[in-house]
Amino acid sequence: MENWRSSAHRLLRLCSNHPSGYRFSRMVRKSAHSEVLCRHEGAFTQIQPPILQKKRHFELYSHHLPLRWVIGKTPGTQSRYFCFMATKIERNSTFAQLNSDDISYFKKFLGEKNVIQEEDALLAANIDWMHKYRGSSKLLLQPRSTEEVSQILKYCNSRRLAVVPQGGNTGLVGGSVPVFDEVIVNVSLMNNIISFDKVSGVLVCEAGCILENLISFLDNQGFIMPLDLGAKGSCQIGGNVSTNAGGLRLLRYGSLHGNVLGLEAVTANGEVLDMLSTLRKDNTGYDLKHLFIGSEGSLGIVTKVSILTPPKLSSVNVAFLACKDYFSCQKLLLEAKRKLGEILSAFEFLDEQSMTLALNYLEGVRNPLPPPLHNFYILIETTGSNESYDKEKLEAFLLGAMERDLISDGIVAQDIQQASSVWRIREGIPEALTRAGVTYKYDLSLPVDKINDLVKEMRNRLGNLATVVAYGHLGDGNLHLNISASQYDDAILAQIEPFVYEWTSKNQGSISAEHGLGLMKANKILYSKSPLTVQVMASIKKLLDPNGILNPYKVLPQSMVA
Amino acid sequence: MKIMVAIKRVVDYAVKIRVKPDKSGVETQNVKMSMNPFCEIALEEALRIKESGIASEVVAVSMGPSHCIDTIRTGLAMGADRGIHVEYLNALYPLSVAKLLKALVDVEKPGLLILGKQAIDDDCNQTGQMIAGLLKWPQGTFASKVVLDMEKQSAIVDREVDGGIETLCLDLPAVITTDLRLNQPRYATLPNIMKAKSKAIKKYTPQDLNVDIRRDLEVVHVTEPPKRKAGVMLSSVNELIDKLKNEARII
Repeated sequence: MENWRSSAHRLLRLCSNHPSGYRFSRMVRKSAHSEVLCRHEGAFTQIQPPILQKKRHFELYSHHLPLRWVIGKTPGTQSRYFCFMATKIERNSTFAQLNSDDISYFKKFLGEKNVIQEEDALLAANIDWMHKYRGSSKLLLQPRSTEEVSQILKYCNSRRLAVVPQGGNTGLVGGSVPVFDEVIVNVSLMNNIISFDKVSGVLVCEAGCILENLISFLDNQGFIMPLDLGAKGSCQIGGNVSTNAGGLRLLRYGSLHGNVLGLEAVTANGEVLDMLSTLRKDNTGYDLKHLFIGSEGSLGIVTKVSILTPPKLSSVNVAFLACKDYFSCQKLLLEAKRKLGEILSAFEFLDEQSMTLALNYLEGVRNPLPPPLHNFYILIETTGSNESYDKEKLEAFLLGAMERDLISDGIVAQDIQQASSVWRIREGIPEALTRAGVTYKYDLSLPVDKINDLVKEMRNRLGNLATVVAYGHLGDGNLHLNISASQYDDAILAQIEPFVYEWTSKNQGSISAEHGLGLMKANKILYSKSPLTVQVMASIKKLLDPNGILNPYKVLPQSMVA
Repeated sequence: MKIMVAIKRVVDYAVKIRVKPDKSGVETQNVKMSMNPFCEIALEEALRIKESGIASEVVAVSMGPSHCIDTIRTGLAMGADRGIHVEYLNALYPLSVAKLLKALVDVEKPGLLILGKQAIDDDCNQTGQMIAGLLKWPQGTFASKVVLDMEKQSAIVDREVDGGIETLCLDLPAVITTDLRLNQPRYATLPNIMKAKSKAIKKYTPQDLNVDIRRDLEVVHVTEPPKRKAGVMLSSVNELIDKLKNEARII
């Protein structure tokens, strides 16, 4: 284990008030603290030795009564408790409060319609997709152009108003909703496709374009987007780029770092960084766009994206296979990479629990394979240009795998309808989880051979307390570990955290493969990055956003950016 | 009893269709082709009847150029026992298909002929009816439920008609065409896909069957339906009346 990991773990344990060490305490409300209520997090960790704690409070309360509302007495503060755990993050007092002058200023150049203060509209923008995080923003702005975004940020920077960039609000780590009363800047109205070059396949569009719309547009031109995810109906390309979304096709087309040719971003002080290039190769200076890709809106708001799109190939085949153990899954992956080679476009896995969940909670879904339920299911997709050649290759691969006893059973989808039904099972698992109860969601990158070990460990630890559901992009070594329970419970959380992070760290994995850090893992970065690296990140943040107004409290640990 | 199922290779149901620039037809190059969904349902029904023990063999028939063999293989992978391919390179219209099927029925002598109610590329909905006429067999079209009674040698078919469901009793041999709600076709499992490779597909030509294919239909041209125009937002009732009177000329 690298040197920095052991010291980081020690530091993290020292500063965390882990639930196993909590004390029941009456909530002491002294001065104006606004609290953020996160439904599931227990340990609020700060990377700071106890000596420097000073004004910060590490209080953890445990309320076992769900949905109890307590309204704070002090004006201007709100204390709301959803379910059990209230994590206390302090609102940064250097941020200004909104006043009527601000509202009139925004209305002047955005127009009345795009300055939203109504409760109902704000409610949707304040809550994330998982219904885990709820902010208390009083203002939602919807700019229509880069100039308007620039004006907004310039003003907010001068007034020190905190800002949350928002797109489709489909993030899973609370990065797209306000923590306190940050102004929400939603780019949904910036949804124009600027240009598309049919020869090179370069698409230039605004950040608010919904991914599914881009996919349909490209479909007519004979191209596809290099990324595809379950949230495609709502997620926007600006958000995808800002979070370096992974998805189902990463195995074939690579990550957004490779496919985004250029972007235009507005930094915290309102300056527009025009890096919107459509060139495939451009080695002139430092490639700054990579800073913005994956920075989750903390370095700038992405307003335009230029992306390289692959041609749409006609021959798509989907096979759904059953394996009896994890070892077979791994061997199958190796075989697939070797035998299917260039036509392999997706390799997903789901376990028996995921399948049960999908069959029980998704409508119109049936098991493609005859009973009984198998331990592991693998979804393989191939994309190529020659139908008969691909089918032959796939069938030869499957025959070989069957003969070597790697697969117990399987089907090959015979038409697009069957293929989408099979994909529906895999893509619908997150939805099924939300219907089954509450979910503790983890997204980990691990060496492929270690993935199932972690799942088994979690099942041992949790026993009957909760159901451990595992699925993910096996081809990329990405496990989506979900623990499903009927309600949030400290006991369950205690068994999960920080064990899952420490285990991942010990095995040189990443605590967030593709979901990002957001608010959920804002203080956990040291499990996967060395302190020095994080310090450099903090310096970059300080350089590009000296007042820290962009998406505060998220991504990097509070102590390092304060 | 032997069951014969006719299956057709068509443009996949989920593909966005484009008309060829010369308006002679629909673009089929580089486009995903699959078995007609209604034919899948027909084959599924035949397989279920075989699994219940009433039928001994299911034969899948397809007609057209050599690509049809892929579709027949799919049928074999689903569980059909044998395939028959009638090779003909030009377009085949329902009457020709019916005549060829009649010739095959005379050779194979099945007890039941099941087809999809219509093909999704031409939406003709004629082949089943025509073959029943040529064979002078009873027909149960738009079947949403099929129950066989081997003692009485008859089939009880629920038909989906405009007014509701009509139940008919047909003496076997009969022709049945399937509608959407009859069943949900199975997936082709790997063991069956592998077995299908060794199942026989017999090839015929129209000459072998003594059928004279006449071009009785000619496609003049194919055009896309007119694109939906965007709606117009009106600002007052007067404007509405004005437009209804002068532009739409309805009042």
